[in-house]
Amino acid sequence: MTIIDSNEITTAPSPAQQMRRRALRHWGFLIGGGVLGLIILMAVLAPFFAPHDPYAQDLSQRFLRPVFLGGSWEHPLGTDHLGRDYLSRLLFGAQISLTIGFVTALISGVIGTTLGVAAGYFGGRVDTIVMFIITVRLSMPVVLVALAVVALFGGSLTTVVLVLGFLLWDQFAVVMRTSTQQIRNQDYVTSAQALGCTTTRIILTEVMPNILNNLIVIITLEMAHAIILEAALSFLGLGVQPPLPSWGLMIAEGKDMLFFEPFLITIPGIALFVLIFAINLLGDGVRDVTAPENRN
Amino acid sequence: MEPLLSVKNLRVEIPVGTGMLKPVRGISFDLQKGETLCIVGESGCGKSLTSLALMGLLPKVARRSGDHLRFAGQDLLGLKERQMAKLRGQDMSMIFQEPMTSLNPAYTIGDQLTEGMIRHQRVSRAEARDRAAFLLEKVGITAAASRLTQYPHQLSGGLRQRVMIAMSLMCGPDLIIADEPTTALDVTIQAKILRMMKNLQAEFGMAMIFITHDLGVVARIADKIAVMYAGAFVETGTAQQIFDAPTHPYTKGLLSCIPVPGKTERGARLGAVPGVVPSLINGVEGCGFASRCPMRQAACGSEPDLTDRGAEHSCRCVHDTDTLRNMEWEAA
Amino acid sequence: MSDDIALELSDVTKIYQISQGMFGGTKPLRALDKISLQLRKGEVLGLVGESGCGKSTLAKVLLGLEKPTTGNVRVYGQPFGTHDRRWIARRIQPIFQDPYSSLNPRKSVREIITLPLKVHSVGDSSSWDKEVAKMLDLVGLPQRLIDASPSQMSGGQRQRVAIARALIMRPEVVICDEPTSALDVSVQSQVLNLLIDLRDELGLTYLFISHNLAVVEHIATRVAVMYLGRVIEQAPAARIFDAPKHPYASALLDSILTPDPALGVPDVNLDGTFPNPVDPPSGCTFHPRCPSATALCSAKRPEPVEQAPGFVTCHLHDPEIQKELT
Repeated sequence: MTIIDSNEITTAPSPAQQMRRRALRHWGFLIGGGVLGLIILMAVLAPFFAPHDPYAQDLSQRFLRPVFLGGSWEHPLGTDHLGRDYLSRLLFGAQISLTIGFVTALISGVIGTTLGVAAGYFGGRVDTIVMFIITVRLSMPVVLVALAVVALFGGSLTTVVLVLGFLLWDQFAVVMRTSTQQIRNQDYVTSAQALGCTTTRIILTEVMPNILNNLIVIITLEMAHAIILEAALSFLGLGVQPPLPSWGLMIAEGKDMLFFEPFLITIPGIALFVLIFAINLLGDGVRDVTAPENRN
Repeated sequence: MEPLLSVKNLRVEIPVGTGMLKPVRGISFDLQKGETLCIVGESGCGKSLTSLALMGLLPKVARRSGDHLRFAGQDLLGLKERQMAKLRGQDMSMIFQEPMTSLNPAYTIGDQLTEGMIRHQRVSRAEARDRAAFLLEKVGITAAASRLTQYPHQLSGGLRQRVMIAMSLMCGPDLIIADEPTTALDVTIQAKILRMMKNLQAEFGMAMIFITHDLGVVARIADKIAVMYAGAFVETGTAQQIFDAPTHPYTKGLLSCIPVPGKTERGARLGAVPGVVPSLINGVEGCGFASRCPMRQAACGSEPDLTDRGAEHSCRCVHDTDTLRNMEWEAA
Repeated sequence: MSDDIALELSDVTKIYQISQGMFGGTKPLRALDKISLQLRKGEVLGLVGESGCGKSTLAKVLLGLEKPTTGNVRVYGQPFGTHDRRWIARRIQPIFQDPYSSLNPRKSVREIITLPLKVHSVGDSSSWDKEVAKMLDLVGLPQRLIDASPSQMSGGQRQRVAIARALIMRPEVVICDEPTSALDVSVQSQVLNLLIDLRDELGLTYLFISHNLAVVEHIATRVAVMYLGRVIEQAPAARIFDAPKHPYASALLDSILTPDPALGVPDVNLDGTFPNPVDPPSGCTFHPRCPSATALCSAKRPEPVEQAPGFVTCHLHDPEIQKELT
């Protein structure tokens, strides 16, 4: 057989190369990823970095100011109402916020993706049932349900993660359902069916790789969402319980001194803001880098 | 006679990441009143951007330039967007390929048909609706008056394309530009719509620029044909000249690719034009077709001009007419 | 004789239940209405008809993706019903219209072409590479494209990859569903040439579905014309293109635009629009658009009349009915 296309030389870069090139040019992706990476690093290395034990109280050293407000380097970010080192609590607090973000996104991601992909792929009755479950879930106010559950079972890190994980899957389900519907009508899915591939194989190798980018975007959004909700619950006293150094709890504990020592609220507040901002930047970046045609 | 549309050296340039994309590289033609010009070419040859450039509907990043683009005595290149908008729909109108997406699903057929006329010609709503019903009947839609209150989703693809054609005729334009108007339709409907368009043209006397890749359609409706390749016309002539005495190797190659019932032997191998279109980023070095041409030689390194090969017939090739006429594509 | 039949459909009917809004219940849509066809080994059966006539549903049934409501399909004498999709997959493979949607953009050419071998556990990774190399040669693709991704290839190259994937398991029947419609003219002829060569080389049998009648006329040995779920005429290609019998077939063939500038646009003798398939006309479903319809056509449903070597489903060509009328 003649090779007709012999002079059709593939000079176009491969998708992986293109993606790398776009990633290296995308400021939001680089900054978001960089800042998030830094926070993760600090959280992981908190036991080595932290100048003090975050739980060690010293009532004689209460409300010391941070170094930029005239404090000493002994406690660079000052101390709280029990005399605990604020920098150490902030670093260990990052562990809690990130754990909550990751674990919640993992639980809700598994639930939501399973429901969404099943609804999108099988359609018909499965879709009707999943849509009904989503509607039921959407009619439940997250904060109120979380409050009720925590009030019933008592607040703890585990409760908060489980409650949020089982509540925040709706976005996953909705987005994964739509993406799967788009992919399942592609001829390569039909072609895999015509090859006799099992449904599991089709979903794992034909559908999932093509909806992965959307999944990553939702994961980042829901991580941010979970971290904020944890802070809110902890602030209300129904989330993580003292003496764990959650950022939300730190804000709650500082609120009594709002007018006298505003740094107690400002420091964890800024930390929370920077973390959420970085995650959102990264999420937007992932979307732009993986599927630039979907940018609007 | 002063032509209705005279295009000289029209160019379109679009800045892209790695340089300047030049999808239309200096095309020129004249179109008389009532004439049909078919621009034929494969995907990526620049034919659709040419039509958008003529209508002034290019995307914002694209730049249009040229020596002149004279339509009914005025040069469109210098016109402001507001003046251009007045011309569009009134004196020149466009029909797109996809009848599904060119109609707004939120408005009735009647609203969409009359909108342009009410805006351009300041006629009353009732007058515009009368004209719309008249034209719907002209394009072969039964119960025209009742169709005016229907929404696009209530019509089939063929009917929607007829509505689009009626819409393009509302203000009695002198020029219609149709970009693959029948490609998405079934063959029987395609034949009916093409026939109807030719009849309407005979009745109203407008000129048409018809953009398509379908050589069968071109042969049946064109007065003049321009074969476009890599952003430039490689051969222009009357329909007879292009089909009966093609000159440019690309034209000959294209014609050898399509099976012709009654001429091509059933099941025999068809001709082929191997290779791909050159990249149009930063322009093309030399003859754009050289990389695929069986007759290429050293002289093809610089781009040849479109030269006369008989009355109204021209071809962009370094070889002389006789050599080209005798050239044959080997079956691939 | 029956060894000669690669694929046989007898009275295949497919009915979908179409929902009529929230309270409307469902209505049956006969996408396929008693289709009986035979594909002999090595032949190319062209299947033509307008959109909505049931061509695509027929392709799905033949690929085992949809089960017929009644009737059955046999491959080399063996009925579909007793086998699963994997069994069908080894014998019948598709080539789709749009090479941009038929290849998974996240996979390499190698992964795409070896998928059938993996799914059916044929050979191991070392034999797969050899097999892929052989297929690339067969479909005329250079070996260096083996690790390329679909986005780096032209439409014609992608369609060659899709053909390689369809043929690597050496199926007996290939369902070509508009295989060249999305391609440029110069690429289309190359893919058609390839399909013709492969048929000769591998002894394949094609069901060639297309709306491009000139292409069907070129490649098909026999042609079946469909209208609203029924085959209304079936005959050798030369016979049907030279002298179509059914009025719909002749209208369809009239609308072919051959590249002849001496001819104008044909006046197709076909009234009205395509009927709503959920609510088909009585009797012969074509009668509202038929230029030669009689009162009988709206009352009585025509059955296929043998017109060797083929059949036509029309009262006008039924000798018994014509005898009664005169």
